[in-house]
Amino acid sequence: MQLQTKHFGEITVNENDILYFPSGLPGFENVKKYTLLGRGETDALFFWLQSIDDPNLAFVVTDPFVIHPEYFVEVDDSETEELQIKDTEDVLTLAIVTVPQNIKLTSANLKAPVLINLQNNRGKQIIMKNETFPVKYYIMKE
Amino acid sequence: MLVLSRKKGQSIMIGHDIEITIIDVQGEQIRLGINAPRDVTIHRKEVFEEIIQENKQAASTAISPDIIRTMRIEKKEDES
Repeated sequence: MQLQTKHFGEITVNENDILYFPSGLPGFENVKKYTLLGRGETDALFFWLQSIDDPNLAFVVTDPFVIHPEYFVEVDDSETEELQIKDTEDVLTLAIVTVPQNIKLTSANLKAPVLINLQNNRGKQIIMKNETFPVKYYIMKE
Repeated sequence: MLVLSRKKGQSIMIGHDIEITIIDVQGEQIRLGINAPRDVTIHRKEVFEEIIQENKQAASTAISPDIIRTMRIEKKEDES
């Protein structure tokens, strides 16, 4: 299908690359379909979670395990039930990145990672109850 | 807003499958016990609102992808 995007003009998205978020994302509950853009490009540290329904909605995302060597995800089964995870190896974990006007203050949300079950393309942003990781984890060099 | 008075040990039901029990009251602090179906997610409201605010801020970035792609992060050295 053809898709209008916020940053990349019109692109073609394979049906198999459409991700379904049954609960949306907090603050964007009505937006259920997304796709990943730019993931897998060489040395791509940042890529984009682009809404299918709303061309103007896109999030910068990154691999939290790359930016924080001791990162882990701890979550109740109830939170991940709608993802129908059978094997944790199938789960892609992403952190949403906030890039403010002063890019030195760029941060990644490690408290509320986005989990995607690559077996069924279902996704959800979960909120960890423990206080180990912050909502704003600053990632840029001084 | 519906307002109910409850004592320690008493509960309220929301629908037929969500039960909220007053476990303990100590001055300003109240401990709640919640029984709910597994697909009902429960969070402290301020945490949930913080995530909403952060998502909105993340979605409204004015920085172009060309710049974002060139950003280099601080690699945390292995401290052990």
